[in-house]
Amino acid sequence: MTDLDTVIGYVFLGAAVCFVLGLHLMNSPATARRGNLLSAAAMAVAVLATVVLLVDQDTITATGWIVMFLGAAIGSSAGLYAARAVQMTAMPQLVSLFNAAGGGAAALLAVNHIVQAAGSAELAERITVPGALDILIGALTFTGSLVAAGKLQGFVPSQPVVFRGARATNAVLALAGAVGAVWLVVDPGSVTALLLLVAAALVLGLTMVLPIGGADMPVVISLLNAFTGTAVAMAGFVLDQAALIIAGALVGASGGILTKLMADAMNRSIADIVIGGFGTGDSAPTVAAGAAAGVRVVSADDVAIQLAYANKVIIVPGYGLAAAQAQHELGDLAQALEEHGVDVSYAIHPVAGRMPGHMNVLLAEANVPYPLLKDMEEINPEFPQADVALVIGANDVTNPAARRPGNAISGMPILDVDRAKSVVVIKRSMGHGYAGIDNELYTDPKTGMFFSDAKHAMTTLKGAVQTLVA
Amino acid sequence: MDLLGAVTVFVLSVLVGVEVISKVPATLHTPLMSGANSIHGIVVIGAMLISATADDLVGYLLAFAAVALGAANMVGGYVVTDRMLNMFRARPAGRPGSDEERSS
Repeated sequence: MTDLDTVIGYVFLGAAVCFVLGLHLMNSPATARRGNLLSAAAMAVAVLATVVLLVDQDTITATGWIVMFLGAAIGSSAGLYAARAVQMTAMPQLVSLFNAAGGGAAALLAVNHIVQAAGSAELAERITVPGALDILIGALTFTGSLVAAGKLQGFVPSQPVVFRGARATNAVLALAGAVGAVWLVVDPGSVTALLLLVAAALVLGLTMVLPIGGADMPVVISLLNAFTGTAVAMAGFVLDQAALIIAGALVGASGGILTKLMADAMNRSIADIVIGGFGTGDSAPTVAAGAAAGVRVVSADDVAIQLAYANKVIIVPGYGLAAAQAQHELGDLAQALEEHGVDVSYAIHPVAGRMPGHMNVLLAEANVPYPLLKDMEEINPEFPQADVALVIGANDVTNPAARRPGNAISGMPILDVDRAKSVVVIKRSMGHGYAGIDNELYTDPKTGMFFSDAKHAMTTLKGAVQTLVA
Repeated sequence: MDLLGAVTVFVLSVLVGVEVISKVPATLHTPLMSGANSIHGIVVIGAMLISATADDLVGYLLAFAAVALGAANMVGGYVVTDRMLNMFRARPAGRPGSDEERSS
């Protein structure tokens, strides 16, 4: 090892320390951005150090340099453009796409290494074992993440795609992948083994994610994020690079924890989600508006009067708000109410929106000050003092049935919306949430149902409130 | 680095990851997922190292694809995370209730 190698090794170590510190700074909204910038700066330094290393080694061909810079330029521009242009509501899809890119890169890297080194006899198990795992996990993540992004974007049906023998197919594919992996370890020169492994993993990614409903996609994306981290750590073993091992393991661990937190908040087990076939995704407006018995339907003017003469209003935004991209209109309505002297706050369920914390991002984008956004534990004791709880496109997370045992959502943490003095629910229809059960909140005598698309409802209500207070 | 050393680094990093992540409040989980996503963009370094050893067409094509995907992951991930976190910090003037107090 030359002096330069040693110096660069320390630079990589410093970068790894900065990744950990960066994640640590994400503990608090006040320091989170600094944390991300620190992490990005460390990454930039690490990339520069790699360039220095390559120049010093001087083994890279001119074509190699061109290929590398062209790839970096094209990849960076695509990533930069996508990151700048994306709508905040479409953010989970983009994270999934970046995740597919990372997983794909990790798999390609191992394929490349094994193909190049196959001729020489230097491939020991300590390279081929992590290499095979890297290809398996990376390729599976690549197609799986693409399907997950497609489902959220609507390119792929968000309903579970189930066909006869789907589980048997998955089992066969997993077996084929395992056989390919073992074969590759035993005989690293075998192109057939490599192709079998890659093909089985790619198809397994598709068939694993297709049967999972759109509502579970956030958990799946988070799980695949953890997979990519693990694949990158395996790539670190293949290349003997501690920086990749550290960063990959960090992400693998964080993704795992985050996946568990999300699944817990939705009262689902990760195994249930991955086995799939449950959860029909987004609630389809199949039931006619106001059709159900015992439901009190209210008009925009009724709601506006209730809101304008309330002292305290708690807004409960849900997925319907995000889907209708109505966060800006909601911000405007809340501002109109605040100017009228109404105390407005927002109750944020841990899984409101598409992912934990997604609703906070959407409302932040609509310039809602984040001190008004209250976590579930913080806001639940305040519901009895609220004159109106305004539920916008949220369903299962407000269903009082969760407090009783014996149904699909038993034990799921919910917002105590039914304890408010009155409740207004804005929803397109009486359709079910992903749990597929009736929401008892809607038939509560103090609940008024306002059937409308969230965006249209916000605009109408804001107009009605402003007319009232003018 | 011998295998034992590499495995030691891996295991300790997993433990550090669990310890650092489990303290993050739910409100920051989405930016966190995106931030973690950009950290595994470090795969681009591996892709660069591998492109240094490529010397045939297959090798160049694989290296090109790996570097491009890794770079997209890294650059895009950090930029979109920053966009998100920047929104958390935005404090519109003149809105009531926008005081700095908040503990999560």
